[in-house]
Amino acid sequence: MAEETLVLFKNIRNPKYSKSLEGYKKAGGYHTLKKVFGMKPEEVVQTVKDSGVRGRGGAGFPTGLKWSFMPKGTGKPSYLIANADESEPGTCKDRELMLKDPHLFLEGMMIGCYAVGCHHGYIYIRGEFFPAIKSLNTAVEELYADGLLGPDPLGSGFHLDLTIHSGAGAYICGEESALLDSLEGKRGQPRVKPPFPAVSGFNGCPTSVNNVETLACMPFILGDDGVDAFKSFGPQNNSGTHLVSLSGHVKKPGVYELRMDVNMKDIIYGIGGGIRNGKKLKGVIPGGSSSSVMTADEVDVLYNFDELAKIDTMLGSSAMMVFDEDTDVVQLLHRITRFYAHESCGQCTPCREGTHWSRNIIRDFLNGNGSDEKLRRLDRVGGNMLGTTLCALGDAAALPIQSFVKKFPDDFRKYYANK
Amino acid sequence: MFSKEIQNQVNNLLSRYPFKQNALIPILLLAQKENNGWLTEEWMQHVADCCEVPLTHVEGVVTFYTMFRLKPPGKYHLQVCTCVPCCLVGGTELLEYTEKKLNTHAGYTTGDGLFSIEEMECIGACSYAPAMIVNEDYHEQVTIEKMGKLIDKLSK
Ligand SMILES: Cc1cc2nc3c(=O)[nH]c(=O)nc-3n(C[C@H](O)[C@H](O)[C@H](O)COP(=O)(O)O)c2cc1C
Ligand code: FES
Repeated sequence: MAEETLVLFKNIRNPKYSKSLEGYKKAGGYHTLKKVFGMKPEEVVQTVKDSGVRGRGGAGFPTGLKWSFMPKGTGKPSYLIANADESEPGTCKDRELMLKDPHLFLEGMMIGCYAVGCHHGYIYIRGEFFPAIKSLNTAVEELYADGLLGPDPLGSGFHLDLTIHSGAGAYICGEESALLDSLEGKRGQPRVKPPFPAVSGFNGCPTSVNNVETLACMPFILGDDGVDAFKSFGPQNNSGTHLVSLSGHVKKPGVYELRMDVNMKDIIYGIGGGIRNGKKLKGVIPGGSSSSVMTADEVDVLYNFDELAKIDTMLGSSAMMVFDEDTDVVQLLHRITRFYAHESCGQCTPCREGTHWSRNIIRDFLNGNGSDEKLRRLDRVGGNMLGTTLCALGDAAALPIQSFVKKFPDDFRKYYANK
Repeated sequence: MFSKEIQNQVNNLLSRYPFKQNALIPILLLAQKENNGWLTEEWMQHVADCCEVPLTHVEGVVTFYTMFRLKPPGKYHLQVCTCVPCCLVGGTELLEYTEKKLNTHAGYTTGDGLFSIEEMECIGACSYAPAMIVNEDYHEQVTIEKMGKLIDKLSK
């Protein structure tokens, strides 16, 4: 039976653990940072490359490669920004880390700052996360009081400041270029790329944006034998453990730390305890609301980046939303499209219009005004958003629409069949 | 306009960014807190001056983000999540119950100014759904019964 593999949650799962700086140090914390300060930044980047770690924010881009894109000698400051916006529906794992083991994430962030030559890092955290903001504030204050932040952390001479920056409610600000605009004090609207943030990011300077969980992996990866151990947790190209936000109709929803070679069936029926109220599984949205839906027949698959890509969906932020046989998928899709209609920043026409049209068409079905033609139109409206927008929100809205129509057509037909 | 303690926080924020404008959103949040949860034109002008940007820029920012409010919320601001995982396990019913119990709708404040309701998109607590935020506190695995008791308690 599947069980948790504790790397990021090693402290959190220890009932005696105290998340204070003292408690974290007692558990071996900031030991790796000291080691890292003795390495060259390029060596740190190479180690992260060797570990194969891929970003946990949704896109799965290799972190070491991203850091290697950071130009040197530009005469401008370089920045590392932690993406703590966590607003992809279904996802609640970064909050867990920030609330319950803030120093693990902060040590990872400090390692990242050293690797990319950043002397002032910003943590962009969604504004609604009041308790997590408090937890981070306390931890950062502890670090300054201890001298781990400031002019000379651990005698390294590497001046380092960290600032917690609160957002103010907008899903789109999780998208890295919108995040940068928001951090600059503007409306959060995605930028035209290129230039990518590594070339022109925060205030036009070289910037790397990394997810909280990605950064929290660093103390382990840079630790003794970290690379080999990290790679051993999953198949090639899918290394490490990941934090899975399990929600919906399972008996035991929760955030679980799993290897990347665990079967989805075992997650739903083992870790999650199966479907509640003795019901049967109908489907799963596997990687945040932006991923293509899967039917119950498809869940016999390893839960990782490459295996899900093979069946035309994605791991995204590792947020699994499970739904049972009684679920009205038309209503479910209506709720998803309402989200995207609300969160579209309005900049690109296909997304601004498409998210509203699709929501209206689905509402027609719910009101008894569906038809074969409208089902085809819904699919087409989705298709028109795919790849036609500045950022991936258009795709994020399109993928659920097209996959729901494709995989559950009879559920839509039920709404107009008997007329 | 800021109290002394908050003014210190504002000054600290301004010192932590390359440009004053960068601190705009965190400072607006502080201003909103100072003014009992909402922003007036006077406050926006004040923050505009702090960050050295035009008022129109501040207004553009304030209208973009859902956490900024241009009318006063209730003393207890109930932010009920009805996004996908929450709606799978009763978030929508929870919102409906809350609206009925308080005899008002999401987006509005009760006549006595005690409660306001807001329907939320995912608040990042999906594995503990249905979830809501009351002012700054998270409440998780909220049932209709728990909601009823909470409202009764806060009404006293
Ligand atoms: C619409 C949209 C929303 C996003 N929201 C988040 C988010 O809340 N948190 C996050 O870490 N990444 C989010 N991302 C991904 C970021 O753009 C970026 O890829 C990520 O922060 C990079 O970090 P990583 O490489 O460590 O994953 C979002 C992307 C899009 C297109
Ligand atoms: S959907 Fe309600 S907290 Fe995520």
